[in-house]
Amino acid sequence: MTPITNLAKHEGCPSDALAQPGRNFRAKAPHAATLHKLLKALGFFAFLMPMTGGLIPMTAGTAAAESEEVAIAYISQIVERPPKLSNLDIPPEDEGLAGGLLSIKDNNTTGRFMKQAYALKHLEVPADGDVVAAFDALRAEGLQHFVLNVPADALLEMADHAKDEDVLLFNAGARDDRLRRADCRANVLHITPSRAMLADALAQFLAWKRWRNWFLVVGRRDSDARFAEAIRRSAKRFGAKIVAEKNWDYGPDARRTAQAEVPAFTQDADYDVLVVADEIGEFGEYLAYRTWDPRPIAGTQGLTPTTWHRTHEQWGAAQLQSRFLKTNGRFMAPLDYHVWAAIRAIGEGATRTQSTAFADIEGYIRSPDFELAGFKGQKLTFREWNGQLRQPILLTAARALVSTSPQQGFLHERSLLDTMGLDEPESECRFE
Amino acid sequence: MKTALKTLTAGKFLAAASLTASLGFAPSAEAYTVYISNEKDNTISIIDSTTLEVTDTIAVGQRPRGILLTNDGKYLLICASDDDTVQVFDVETKQVVRELPSGPDPELFVLHPSGNPLYIANEDDNLVTVVDIVDNKVLAEIPVGVEPEGMGISPDGKVLVNTSETTNMAHFIDTETNEIFDNLLVDSRPRFAEFNKDGEKLWVTSEIGGTVAVIDAKTRKMITKISFEVPGVQPEAIQPVGLRVTKDGSRAFVALGPSNRVAVINGETHEVEKYLLVGQRVWQLAFTPDEKMLFTSNGVSNDISVIDTEKLRVIKSIGVGRFPWGVAISQE
Repeated sequence: MTPITNLAKHEGCPSDALAQPGRNFRAKAPHAATLHKLLKALGFFAFLMPMTGGLIPMTAGTAAAESEEVAIAYISQIVERPPKLSNLDIPPEDEGLAGGLLSIKDNNTTGRFMKQAYALKHLEVPADGDVVAAFDALRAEGLQHFVLNVPADALLEMADHAKDEDVLLFNAGARDDRLRRADCRANVLHITPSRAMLADALAQFLAWKRWRNWFLVVGRRDSDARFAEAIRRSAKRFGAKIVAEKNWDYGPDARRTAQAEVPAFTQDADYDVLVVADEIGEFGEYLAYRTWDPRPIAGTQGLTPTTWHRTHEQWGAAQLQSRFLKTNGRFMAPLDYHVWAAIRAIGEGATRTQSTAFADIEGYIRSPDFELAGFKGQKLTFREWNGQLRQPILLTAARALVSTSPQQGFLHERSLLDTMGLDEPESECRFE
Repeated sequence: MKTALKTLTAGKFLAAASLTASLGFAPSAEAYTVYISNEKDNTISIIDSTTLEVTDTIAVGQRPRGILLTNDGKYLLICASDDDTVQVFDVETKQVVRELPSGPDPELFVLHPSGNPLYIANEDDNLVTVVDIVDNKVLAEIPVGVEPEGMGISPDGKVLVNTSETTNMAHFIDTETNEIFDNLLVDSRPRFAEFNKDGEKLWVTSEIGGTVAVIDAKTRKMITKISFEVPGVQPEAIQPVGLRVTKDGSRAFVALGPSNRVAVINGETHEVEKYLLVGQRVWQLAFTPDEKMLFTSNGVSNDISVIDTEKLRVIKSIGVGRFPWGVAISQE
């Protein structure tokens, strides 16, 4: 049982705290039953941040007199963390949240002119906590806009719990293709791309390079198997051939042994590029330079498809990067970008309709008029048949951006962005 | 020669290159000096408007973007974005003589019609900074929306318009009080604002929205929203950025970014009359004072297209530095 004191109360985050890198302002959520009682008893927002002009401390129920408020919840539960193989990239504790806070700040700057204010309530649920119960508790409090970084099953349960309510869910973390296919839900919009979209972005570039023969290496986790599945689908779509496929079964830490293992592991295959499926990063970094034949690495390591990266500076991205870096003392991560985009979408809804009413905001987001400027060189919109955000995908090496997909020459009747991910005819998704 | 080679490689400019060969002269008899800021080279290219040749290339501050000439024509002001300053460049001596306190990351700016003060958009800080360019001091900072960029000022100098790229608004600022008195929502990522010379209309381009808003400057209401369609060009590639209106208001020219086109718009009917094929990712525009030529900065093909505004034809492309951004032209 988590002690009560861990449920930290944050009323109006002081601006200097925002400038301190590494400062943890997460509210650690206890197990669900306790959480529900606590929230009810205390009746406060664990993390409420109005940022109109200065930073005004504010508690629930005392909304600013002049501005109409939009309250947004961000719930995260990270189940699978990367192995501590090295101290090179320390995962930031506020990954996701920092993007959300910046977005709230952006929205509030606009809100000043609209007499609208935005507040964020953040809950982080431990891996063994009941994240769905936490969601139910916040819904019971009246929250309607939810940005979620939770596993697919939890997301589906939440969507079903809120089925008949005025609640909109933004999926910021679950990349599972099935959420955009048979397991799609009408009340969920996906900001994060599916694995299929990421794999297609990569496949288009490999096709442009004419690297048609792929050697697929798959890690031992379920997530790796799902990424590999997406890679196989993309290979078929874009005319590539998987000429060899192997499971990496040398165990998790390859640092001392890779030089001996990788050459033998990649011998006896005639391929152009080695595609690796290792989502949490157990071994993928250790393949480069050690393959039997000199071959490039792509996939979850090497040349990587992603939504956001520190090397991205085009289309005004330098401005978002610089604002984020200044505030947080670190670069923006993809999850930060997803949460930022979700909250900006809600902000666009409130700005364009000049209303903070849920029905107006949701109506605009789902309308053909919706467009989000997301620093990707074109507007981002939602696919109406499965709720997926259309977006260009970056292809990046560790320290340099290599390309952005879609690649030239891949055509689509509706939008070039629909050449990536699950297209309408192949998606079983049907909203009632 | 270098230019011809470059245009041939780019393929798309064959037409422009051959036209140059056949015409070979500038439609304007007057000699003007054209200044181009090269964002990635940290230089200014200087072009002679009669020969249409680059006469000089001069190193300036880091990441030069917006540029303009002072009313007396003696100085070129340069937003050196990565140096967080506005440089004052003496056009006689061709040297940077001083720097203005600009606030961080200056990108675009506009001068009061009287020649002072200067209004600068500071993208990083959601501010418009008002700077006295004679006394070298900041007069005011005006909080605006997220990522301020476009700057336009009414011919009488009373109304300053700033557009904010993430807030998606045109902010109307009273230059007496330096306060916002009205806001108008426009389409996504507004980049540029320009008034008609008679002060009646305001034009605002929206890069991601793909539209140009024509606004009644007096009532601050939208008159119309212009959309663009170029056969064979993906709609996403049509991204309006720079815009210039002729003095008599009869025509507006809009740079359409990665569609590599400049749209010619009828100033009365607001209909698109023509699309002119220019260099790649066309960004900003400037007329010669006699309005016989329009110069466009083409960021990706690293050149300048020169448009004959009477014949509505591209007559030459001129190779400059990397990522040409801003264009400014002397009055004499």
